[in-house]
Amino acid sequence: MAKVIGAVVVDSEVCKGCNLCVVSCPTQTLGLNRDVNSKGYHYSYMENPENCIGCSNCSSVCPDSCIAVYRVKVE
Amino acid sequence: MAEIAERLKNIIRPENLIYGKSPLLNEVTMHYCPGCSHGVVHKIIAEVIDDMGIQDSTIGVSPVGCAVFAYNYIDIDWSEAAHGRAPAVATGIKRISPEKTVFTYQGDGDLAAIGTAETMHAVNRGENIVMIFINNAIYGMTGGQMAPTTLLGQVTSTTPYGRNVDLNGYPLKITELIAQLPGAAYVTRQSVHTPAAVRKARKAIRKAFELSQKNIGTCFVEVVSTCNSGWKLTPVESNDWMVKHMFPLFPLGDLKDGGKDATEPFNIQG
Ligand SMILES: Cc1ncc(C[n+]2csc(CCOP(=O)(O)OP(=O)(O)O)c2C)c(N)n1
Ligand code: SF4
Ligand code: SF4
Ligand code: SF4
Ligand SMILES: [Mg+2]
Repeated sequence: MAKVIGAVVVDSEVCKGCNLCVVSCPTQTLGLNRDVNSKGYHYSYMENPENCIGCSNCSSVCPDSCIAVYRVKVE
Repeated sequence: MAEIAERLKNIIRPENLIYGKSPLLNEVTMHYCPGCSHGVVHKIIAEVIDDMGIQDSTIGVSPVGCAVFAYNYIDIDWSEAAHGRAPAVATGIKRISPEKTVFTYQGDGDLAAIGTAETMHAVNRGENIVMIFINNAIYGMTGGQMAPTTLLGQVTSTTPYGRNVDLNGYPLKITELIAQLPGAAYVTRQSVHTPAAVRKARKAIRKAFELSQKNIGTCFVEVVSTCNSGWKLTPVESNDWMVKHMFPLFPLGDLKDGGKDATEPFNIQG
C-alpha cells in the first residue's frame, strides 16, 4: 500500500518560536530548539523527523510563513 | 543518523514541495509579535490573491493599528488610511477604479471604535469592497487598552479590574449590526487558530473577493483573533483563551449570504 512520508524545512532565522506549529502537528514531529537564532528565539525544528507525514498543518498555522513542507508517496 | 539524513535528502527536493511561503509575501520578516494572528491572515490574503491571479488589479487599504505596515508584506498596491478611515478611502478608490478589487484590513479599534461611522456608512451604501476585520478584543498597537469588543471581565491596561458594564458598557458585536444593513452582501465570522479554521477562513476570504467583483454590495469578513502580548498569555494559551471566552460571544459562521437586499422597500417612487 502506498504510504506518505514528509519533511519540513523551517527558516530558522525567520521563526519566532511561537510554538503554534508544534501543537498543531498530529505526529509530534516538531519541537522548539534549545538553541536560539540571532534574535534569541528558540526556533522550531524536526525533533522526530521520521514521524512527519507532510500534512502541512504546521505550515498553515504559522504566522510567519517560515515552514516549507515536502511530501512523497512511497510504495 | 545517516539513514535519517539520507531519507530527508530524498524527500526535501523541489519537486516534492507541497506548501510554503506565498510568492506574494515579500522577503521581509513581519514586525508582529510571535504567534500573532495578523501574520496568519496576511498569509491567507496573499494566497487568495495569488490563486485568483489578481495581484496586479487588487488594492488594499491598511489601517492604523498593529497592521499599519501591512503594505510592506503583501506585494500588491496599497494605500494607508488615517485611523478608522479605511472604508472611506476604499470607497474613493473603488468608485474611481471599479475594475479593481479593493479591500480594507482593519483592527477592532480601527473598525469598531474610531471608524464606526465610516464602517457602517460604507456598508450601508453597499460599497463593492471587501472589509477584513481583525477582532482581537483589544488595542494591540498602543499597549493593550480596552476596545469596544473587549469582553466583560477582561483585564486590559485600561480595565485593570476587568471590563465592567456600569463603567464601560457592553462589548460591541459590530458584525451582527453590519449583517442587518441592506448594503451588506456577504457577512461571515471566521478564525485562524487551527489548520481547519485556516482552511475555512481562506475559503471565506476567497468568496468575499470573488463576490466583490460582482458588484452586489459589501463583503465583510471578521476574523476572531488573538493578541497574546496584549492579553499577556503565550500564543498557545491565547488560542485556548479565545476559544473559551471569545467564541461564545462571537460565534463563528456566516451571518449573511446572498447579495445586498434587492428590493428598495422605502423608495417612494415604488
Ligand atoms: C486619530 C488617532 N487616534 C488614536 C490613535 C492611537 N491609536 C493607534 S492604534 C490604536 C488602536 C489600535 O487597535 P486595533 O485597531 O484594534 O488594532 P490592533 O493593534 O489591535 O491590531 C489607537 C487608539 C491614532 N494613531 N490616531
Ligand atoms: S509557527 Fe512558525 S514562527 Fe511559530 S514556532 Fe512554528 S515555525 Fe516558528
Ligand atoms: S507536515 Fe504535518 S506531520 Fe509534518 S511536521 Fe508539519 S504538521 Fe507535523
Ligand atoms: S500587540 Fe497584539 S496585535 Fe499587535 S503584533 Fe503583538 S500580538 Fe499582534
Ligand atoms: Mg485590536
